[in-house]
Amino acid sequence: MAVYKRPHSLLDVSMHFCPGCTHGIVHRLVCEVIDEMGIEGDTVGICPVGCSVTSYDYFGVDMIEAAHGRAPAVATGVKRSRPDKFVFTYQGDGDLAAIGTAETVHAATRGENITIIFINNTIYGMTGGQMAPTTLPGQVTQTTPFGRDPLTAGYPVRVCELLSTLTGTAYAERVAADSPAHIAAAKKAIRKGFEVQQNKQGFSIIEVLSTCPTNWGMTPVQAMERLRTEMIPYYPLGVYKDITAEK
Amino acid sequence: MKGNEALAEAAVRAGCKCYFGYPITPQTEISAYMAKRMPRCGGVFLQAESEIAAVNMVYGAAASGVRAMTSSSSPGISLKSEGISYIAGCDLPCVIVNVQRGGPGLGGIQPSQSDYYLATKAAGHGDFFMLVYAPSSVQEMADLASRAFDDADKYRMPAMILSDGLLGQMMEPVSFKDHENPPDNKEWACVGHKNKRPHNVINSLYLKPEELEASNIERFKKYDIVKKELHLAEEYLTEDADIIVTGYGAAARIARSAVNGARAEGIKAGLIRPITLWPFPEQAYAKAADTAKVFLDVEFSMGQMVDDIRLATSCRRPVRFFGRTGGVIPTTAEVLEQIRRIAKEELK
Amino acid sequence: MAKMTVDSERCKGCGLCITACPKKIIGIAKEIHNKKGYCPARCLDEEQCIGCAMCFSICPDCAITVER
Repeated sequence: MAVYKRPHSLLDVSMHFCPGCTHGIVHRLVCEVIDEMGIEGDTVGICPVGCSVTSYDYFGVDMIEAAHGRAPAVATGVKRSRPDKFVFTYQGDGDLAAIGTAETVHAATRGENITIIFINNTIYGMTGGQMAPTTLPGQVTQTTPFGRDPLTAGYPVRVCELLSTLTGTAYAERVAADSPAHIAAAKKAIRKGFEVQQNKQGFSIIEVLSTCPTNWGMTPVQAMERLRTEMIPYYPLGVYKDITAEK
Repeated sequence: MKGNEALAEAAVRAGCKCYFGYPITPQTEISAYMAKRMPRCGGVFLQAESEIAAVNMVYGAAASGVRAMTSSSSPGISLKSEGISYIAGCDLPCVIVNVQRGGPGLGGIQPSQSDYYLATKAAGHGDFFMLVYAPSSVQEMADLASRAFDDADKYRMPAMILSDGLLGQMMEPVSFKDHENPPDNKEWACVGHKNKRPHNVINSLYLKPEELEASNIERFKKYDIVKKELHLAEEYLTEDADIIVTGYGAAARIARSAVNGARAEGIKAGLIRPITLWPFPEQAYAKAADTAKVFLDVEFSMGQMVDDIRLATSCRRPVRFFGRTGGVIPTTAEVLEQIRRIAKEELK
Repeated sequence: MAKMTVDSERCKGCGLCITACPKKIIGIAKEIHNKKGYCPARCLDEEQCIGCAMCFSICPDCAITVER
């Protein structure tokens, strides 16, 4: 009999995320991969500031809370001192692509053998819905009340495209958490990231297009629709770098 | 050996497994030494993209239970403040070296002692302290680096070596003491739970104010123990001294010469040299205040240690100050002149 | 026989499972409020469930278990 249930490494507690927030889906996918690879006892996770700030209450692996944007540096410290452990970070767009841009880019360019799970929901969720580096042109947020105007607020950062230009990046894929088919693909990508790390091939990043129904002012179902119709066209899904396929 | 190199070698011998740095004068010899030395002993050397990244790498390494160090000079230490606060808030041990230069701002690259407040009072946001050691010779750069690792582990808190460009750059003979390899047995470390224990969490976030308060109170109980157990100072000719000259680090070397000069002229001067700056060795000052009449604090700053001396002596004696700043080093003659003036005007 | 069950205390009533279900047999139990005040999802027709686990896949709260 097949049973689909909570993976062992996802602690049996209620998560604080708002109804319909895709964070919970991605948490489960990461834990399913950890379970399937049998690495729960050998994994260290880093959660930074943002909505994932209390992820240490959900991931059943050893967890370190990092300062805003610094997770890749903290992960580097762990991985360099314990190279036999699996090390992953779980970061949002503000954390990874604004305040932590330097740490992210340099971890990638060093080919740091870690896996980054990057949640792109085009907004700062935890602080109540301000503009993120990935906020789309025209998108209304607390700090872009008339819609993001690229003339004054600049353009969104396409992280996978950016990082795929770096030699140190071994694997970069953008996936989405909006439908069962995309969620299955997302899990495959996360698994690939951990396998790249297992084979000591270098830096891997999985960008997951996600929703923030609360701060988008939408129902969870409407938010999924926005992800499909507005985000995916701007942030195309796919593998942006895969050194394992280049040979 | 140069002071910076002696410190680096002592760190390796004390079991430092990871060094993360970023170039800044006048501490760069530490990075350069570690870059050569670490690969030969199976350790990690990594030049980070910034001071901020370097201290957060130390945070990660310390969280995974190994001895880790970073070093910088004053402007770089400002950048590390965030990470230091997190490390302290997570009760993690590590060593941070500050080879001070003049400030504020970009300041200059000449020796200074203007980060006393930063090191002892305001290393970052929140209620916390670091252990702070003030070496005064190349030998002490080595000895205190070694000790800092042991004490940081013992008390589970960050330790700072507060040196300056003069000590970092000068050369003196140094001998290294044997140091046992530290055991790899920190049960709180994040190294993977091997499915044998609940997961470890290293964290400084407490959303409930009562829990954060309890955590801070617990940490300050530890600080009370540290204050009882760790307060190092050197006392020189203090027993019959009327004037206690005091200073830490390189300033203490000049103060000592001036004390010798004063003694040669028949002025009863003595020296207190704090070796730990946090905890501040209040006991040595309180005892000296029983018999001495005046204190003279000598620093390469505008006088950042003066208040601590006043507190340690309960303001029972006047505390005079003489300092040069911005990278200017006070001369022995200048300090001796201050002693003479005090002897003439204040000792009746 | 396939079966989906909802942990009604963990469910936040977001309704994503309803859109994911190919058999359209999931609904919100509007008459029930859990301890957090949410109206949980539930299977309206257990006979029709094919155990595809689409609902499990999209559930953000791991509130759904599917046996097949």
